[in-house]
Amino acid sequence: MQKKYTISIYTENSVGLLNRVSAIFQKRHINIISITSSASEIEEVSRFIIVVSMTEEAVKKVVGQIEKQIEVIKAFYHTDEETIFQESALYKVASKSLFEERHIQNIIKASHANIVTVNKEFFVIEKTGFRHETEKLYHDLAPFGLLQFVRSGRISVTKSPMNIKALLTKLND
Amino acid sequence: MAEKKNISGSEALIHCLLAEGVDLIYGYPGGAIMPFYDELYKFQDKLQHILTRHEQGATHAAQGFARVTGKVGVCVATSGPGATNLVTGIADAMIDSTPMVCLTGQVPSHLLGSDAFQETDIIGISTPVTKWNYQITDVKEIPEIMAKAFYIARSGRPGPVLIDITKDAQFAKADFTYAPCKQVRSYKPIPKLDKTAVAHAADLINQAKKPMIVWGQGVILGKAEEEFKAFVEKSNIPAAWTILGVSAIATDHPLNVGMVGMHGNYGPNKLTNECDLLIAIGMRFDDRVTGNLETYAKQAKIIHLEIDPAEINKNVDVDVAVLADVKESLPLLTSLVSAKPYTEWFAAFKAFDKIEFDRVIKNDLHPTKDGLTMGEVLKEINRASNNDAVIVSDVGQHQMIACRYAAFNHSKSNVTSGGLGTMGFALPAALGAKMGAPNREVVAIIGDGGFQMTIQELGTIFQTQAAVKVVVLNNDFLGMVRQWQQLFFDKRYASTEMVNPDFVKIAEGYFIEAKRVQKREELSDAVDKMMASDKPYFLEVCVEKEDNVFPMIPSGASVSDIRLS
Repeated sequence: MQKKYTISIYTENSVGLLNRVSAIFQKRHINIISITSSASEIEEVSRFIIVVSMTEEAVKKVVGQIEKQIEVIKAFYHTDEETIFQESALYKVASKSLFEERHIQNIIKASHANIVTVNKEFFVIEKTGFRHETEKLYHDLAPFGLLQFVRSGRISVTKSPMNIKALLTKLND
Repeated sequence: MAEKKNISGSEALIHCLLAEGVDLIYGYPGGAIMPFYDELYKFQDKLQHILTRHEQGATHAAQGFARVTGKVGVCVATSGPGATNLVTGIADAMIDSTPMVCLTGQVPSHLLGSDAFQETDIIGISTPVTKWNYQITDVKEIPEIMAKAFYIARSGRPGPVLIDITKDAQFAKADFTYAPCKQVRSYKPIPKLDKTAVAHAADLINQAKKPMIVWGQGVILGKAEEEFKAFVEKSNIPAAWTILGVSAIATDHPLNVGMVGMHGNYGPNKLTNECDLLIAIGMRFDDRVTGNLETYAKQAKIIHLEIDPAEINKNVDVDVAVLADVKESLPLLTSLVSAKPYTEWFAAFKAFDKIEFDRVIKNDLHPTKDGLTMGEVLKEINRASNNDAVIVSDVGQHQMIACRYAAFNHSKSNVTSGGLGTMGFALPAALGAKMGAPNREVVAIIGDGGFQMTIQELGTIFQTQAAVKVVVLNNDFLGMVRQWQQLFFDKRYASTEMVNPDFVKIAEGYFIEAKRVQKREELSDAVDKMMASDKPYFLEVCVEKEDNVFPMIPSGASVSDIRLS
């Protein structure tokens, strides 16, 4: 049964590693739902968060292939229940809506979104949360005319500990 | 390693190769790798370079060298087309776990991404088919990266590494010190042996009534032939091989029950689905070995001795995984198992052997019809070499026949393109094998199709005078594809018939002594004459045009549905 899994990969920070990791999905004809790469809690170690929809059997094998890559320190997969995850979205709206439509201010307030910037032409709202929350705000704002909309890939941390530091020390022994 | 002051990147590369014990490389020069070749010129006495006639030939030669020596094969090419021509060989080395380091020149770093002359993103292109790759743009990186390249290529499950070096990094100068790489922090080549797993495996073995071993190249790559033999002999379990594993123990060893897989032996394939315990050692359950996974050894418990964690439960779910270097796990396992006679079990193998002999082998090796068979050529080569030649085969019918019938006394004696199935592999690989094992007889067995894919390497064989014996089994067809067309596509022979040139004349054009055999009565003498030569030799044997290789597990069928005709 296909299910949404969050694959979390700790890697060395090197050129070409994104290509190496994504090639593993490409080889198996798997579509990546979202991908982010950033610094991790350990200096000089990067962390990829990749969301895919697959069977557990398949995700296990993919994680095995990812972990096999030389510069990958460790890879895990988790279900939504095992992680705390969020996405960020930005909404660019024409400023006249903000001043002319009272309703829009209520929407922003009710959704716990933040106004990042306002100028004469446009204002930008930021909302971090679950997918259904950023989507709801999208639908609420759409009637006012979205000049631009963008949403980040999922970022997530696990509920259980990830002892990458200990693992690195062990690898170095 | 002495330190060097202010040397060029090119010279540094050569010192790296020398420090890694490399004295032979294969390659082809060109613009972006010229500084390296210029330096190579000065080190000719220490580092021999073989100019192949195509970069693909350089990769296969390096692979052939690696497969017979167990060392890292090295090849060099220029940027752009030179680099892309390496890709087939790299992919082949990746899937067959062959240790190889490829060096490619690259356009100067300030031109990267400008679509400069002969620029190609070889790092991007080679990523999915390399164990590791890296682009050097700074001369100072050379010693560390090269040390890492060799360490990664040869450690754990071996594989190909590609290092791309910009031309400016070859010219630039820096001080040089070399330290071999001992570890990479994110890479654990050999998993720590779990003794409980070994004990569990031993329990299963000691309880089994019909156990069977299937071993693969992992035994050879792990240099564990002795440990493997000790395990087989102490446990007294019938042992079958994959085509990359063959030669790890002698063909005529009484516990060697033959080849598994699509064109393997009848008994081990049939009995895969009757054994109660399958002990897989250093093999990866390739689809050509397993046939339909839904019906593969479902009745059996399965033990998998393997070095690569990603192989565990990849194709076949196993009951016990022993993740380790087999050189370490096998002796421990051997110490815990006891032998049983398995009399009836061995008799089952013998009974299938008899059926296979009567229905297939007899006609292959002792034909009564007029046309020559590929099998009888192999039989003659076994005879003339006392079962002791290195057999390098290409891909297709002749390869299956070579793997089925070639007899071996020594490990590392069967060199073939297993996983990738690369036609054109054998001729250059045989050159590399002969240079890696100069005291052994090296016989390339090639079809008329594959031969013409890398035929230009006859030029390299002529130039080096490496005494490779090249046997082309010519049936004027792409025989294996034709066989499938006959069996599964109603004999529609779409683009498989070949109108061939005079191969003997071509070989003679390269000043290689050559002979053609068309009749059975000429074969034996011709093979003797070829083997007696201490120079390169070319033998074309015109075989029956429409012979098929059997037994055969049709694609997608179960191993136990193996056909004899």
